[in-house]
Amino acid sequence: MEIKVNKEKCTGCKICVDVCPSGAIEIQNEKAYINEKCTLCKLCVSECPVNAIEVIGEEKKVSTLDLSKYKGIWFFAEQKKGKLSHVAYELLGISLKLARTLEEEVCGVYFGSKGEDAAKELFGRGADKVYVVEDTSLDEFRQDIYVCLMTELVKKYKPNIVLASATMIGRSFLPQTAARLKTGLTADCTDLAIDPETKLLQQIRPTYGGNLMAKIICENHRPQMATIRPKAVEEAKPVGNRNGTIVRDDFTSFNATCRVDLISKQEVEQTIDLQEAEIIVSGGRGLGDGKNFDMIRKLAKLIGGAVGSSRAAVDAGWIPYPHQVGQTGKTVKPKIYIACGISGAIQHLAGMSTSDYIIAINKDPNAPIFKVANLGIVGDIFEVIPKLIQKLESK
Amino acid sequence: MKYIVCIKQVPDTMDVKVDPETKRIVREGVPSIMNPYDYYAVEEALRLKERFGGTTIAISMGPPQAEAVLRESISLGIDEAYLLSDRAFAGSDTLATSYTLSQAIKKIGDFSIILCGREAMDGSTGQVGPELAEHLEIPVITYVSKIINVAENQMECVRLLEDHYETLKSPLPVLITVIKEINEPRLPSLKGMLKAKKAQIPTWTKQDIGGNDAQFGQDGSPTKVVEIWRPEIKKEGKIVTGEPDELAEILFQELKKLGVA
Repeated sequence: MEIKVNKEKCTGCKICVDVCPSGAIEIQNEKAYINEKCTLCKLCVSECPVNAIEVIGEEKKVSTLDLSKYKGIWFFAEQKKGKLSHVAYELLGISLKLARTLEEEVCGVYFGSKGEDAAKELFGRGADKVYVVEDTSLDEFRQDIYVCLMTELVKKYKPNIVLASATMIGRSFLPQTAARLKTGLTADCTDLAIDPETKLLQQIRPTYGGNLMAKIICENHRPQMATIRPKAVEEAKPVGNRNGTIVRDDFTSFNATCRVDLISKQEVEQTIDLQEAEIIVSGGRGLGDGKNFDMIRKLAKLIGGAVGSSRAAVDAGWIPYPHQVGQTGKTVKPKIYIACGISGAIQHLAGMSTSDYIIAINKDPNAPIFKVANLGIVGDIFEVIPKLIQKLESK
Repeated sequence: MKYIVCIKQVPDTMDVKVDPETKRIVREGVPSIMNPYDYYAVEEALRLKERFGGTTIAISMGPPQAEAVLRESISLGIDEAYLLSDRAFAGSDTLATSYTLSQAIKKIGDFSIILCGREAMDGSTGQVGPELAEHLEIPVITYVSKIINVAENQMECVRLLEDHYETLKSPLPVLITVIKEINEPRLPSLKGMLKAKKAQIPTWTKQDIGGNDAQFGQDGSPTKVVEIWRPEIKKEGKIVTGEPDELAEILFQELKKLGVA
């Protein structure tokens, strides 16, 4: 397949130049020219007002698999020390949504100790089946072992869809699993759907630093695999006592070995859990200096919130990375998000724009942050926030 | 010891401006840069060479223009660089990209440590590293924050995993993806810049690296982008201006209403 410009139709209007996310279109002699940077995304094709951009040649459709043999929606139920992580419920939530259109079983996959407890939790929130590989050693994440177990289970039971959370664990072992299975994997999705006609999984994710959204499919390979951003989808709610099927595979039967040895573990001193916080007060470039984060911390403390930041503040070394909200930091969805001196670069918005209630304080009335704010305060943070702190202290 | 760094040229997405009228992304004049996370991988390769001896090599897959980031890596101190460029690589997803890189790395051969940034700034998938390790059939350690030691046949390092760090020992060869914490990248030296200017950077095509035709480019990519759009960001909020006192009062009342003040 190739994308070409029909030079006779092209008017040199440059719309495609601006549209192309890869910067692959140049104007030469007043006509558009597509260079080697083209990734065949076809975004320009529909945007051209005179239909001068054409797709030449069909894509090869080769599938050696009998796709109909692959059934079921699987999600990896991540645990911490034998207790299910909240991301497992998020994956169950989105899986149940997919099952409504796809009409296939929703199955958890659990590696760790206390498999029965985990399975019951998942049944109680709507799962039909849970595949359990139980062993205390599995409470610890070990890349090679997790890849081996997931690969072998997929080969044995042939699921249609496999999901994991885009945590550091999911982002580490699922790509290697997908490569071993020679199938596709879409990273960091923020939503999933089933195409009602083709029944294919539509994987939706932000790309280009959150500037664009992409819909991705995996047509000819199975399973269709994706990692889902934590906090991007709703958790499945308890639905009362329900029964389900536990399918056990004996850990020793996999003969799984890990090439990398774990020598020791060091817990990090209580870092903030931004994703669990109900209130977040964030500071950005407008603070001008790291010591001004004291004001943000004070405000956060007074209203029982956690401290977040923009990428600019982290890059400037004013606050450590775990506080960063945005495309390359944490995605958060608190009840209240207060952005102080944050202009609202798209990459920041990508991480917080779904918060329930957003307050922005910025002296630039044109700052993009105001577009997502429920309440926008056009003012100087160094004047407004100390006064607000006074009021909160003296109430 | 041979250390191979995989780097990517990306559009400087953080500088993207959206035309307020047309809502289109303004692409003109947006420069291409080395993926910011890759500087840490390049730096760590240079430090490995300084600490334990060996050769540093950078590779990149991309259009001919991507040679610029390889040249930049040489200015920082990398010994050799290879560009993987062929129209047959267009439309590669992470599986095809990692396959292409693996074929080039096999051609270079005899490697000890492969280094990648944690993810690229444009796609932000973080998948190429672990997938590349699988094609090479070597272990992978993601999110590495420190390399403690490299000996004849093994490496000891520290990696971040959500809320804790792990000290791990791996046999060589191994692939690591590194996080910012691992080092502070250096700036190019004058000598390096001169060397970069003169350096020969061979371009390898599909034919040069060999492999299975069906695993390159779009044919070798199980995933396909079927639609791209700009996210709609809108919220019916109110914007207020005024004296700092009034504004603080409005905020205070709002926080009261929300039940937190």
